[in-house]
Amino acid sequence: MKAHLTRRYLFSASHRLHSDDMSDEENAATYGKCNNPYGHGHNYVLGVTVSGPVDEKTGMVCNLVDLDGFVQVAILDRFDRQNLNMLPEFTEVVPTTENLSSMIYDILQRGFTHAHLETVGIEETMMNSFEYAGGSEIRR
Amino acid sequence: MVYLTRKAEFAASHYYHNPDFTAEENRRIFGKCNNPNGHGHNYTLEVTVKGEVDPRSGFVVDLRQLKEVLNREVLDAMDHRFLNKEVPEFSTRIPTTENLAIAIWQRLASKLQKAQLHRVRVYETPDLFVDFYGEA
Repeated sequence: MKAHLTRRYLFSASHRLHSDDMSDEENAATYGKCNNPYGHGHNYVLGVTVSGPVDEKTGMVCNLVDLDGFVQVAILDRFDRQNLNMLPEFTEVVPTTENLSSMIYDILQRGFTHAHLETVGIEETMMNSFEYAGGSEIRR
Repeated sequence: MVYLTRKAEFAASHYYHNPDFTAEENRRIFGKCNNPNGHGHNYTLEVTVKGEVDPRSGFVVDLRQLKEVLNREVLDAMDHRFLNKEVPEFSTRIPTTENLAIAIWQRLASKLQKAQLHRVRVYETPDLFVDFYGEA
């Protein structure tokens, strides 16, 4: 039988929202306080949802050791305690949480093979959250 | 169609062990969860039902009936229990969060009147939960 499993992870990072395609005034008008050249930070909460048949021998969709291990190396080690703007991934992409969500989705989609990736969600603050399912509708 | 979600909490212990595996395989696959003395969690259960709103009562489901079914079928059977030893489903299935969601769905699905079960969500911890939609 098919089940969906969701695991939450925490990481902290700083960023500045600024687009080289916009004038200084446009950047200030678009991004407001987030355009501060010194940047600012968040405690991000990442939710990863995978799905698949529950293995009859183990009772699992996938072994959490595999999921945790992949996320640790491919995502947390890469983004935790970093200034996102300084990372090669964001030299030409504004590090909004929208872009971060789809980037993390792509990393998991390419590299995590133990279950089917459904959704990546990120809470930037308790008030703002984002979800991305690679263009598919998100199941409630 | 309106969706209604009822939450409940229960505390239970479990361990993961498959008698078809060797002791070494059990330790490798299940790690710390293989400790035969068990360990426990505070589980949070969310049961979502769906249906059309009854024009006379304004209800999707009689919440009192839903609570009674939930208490009888799930909480009385699982709260403050050792899942492996006291809940019949888990004499043959490993009491993972996945199998717990499936077992709770199976206990509830046939007992609900009118409203249709949409989703069973079981939180093992705030950072780990499983959703089951009744899919084969």
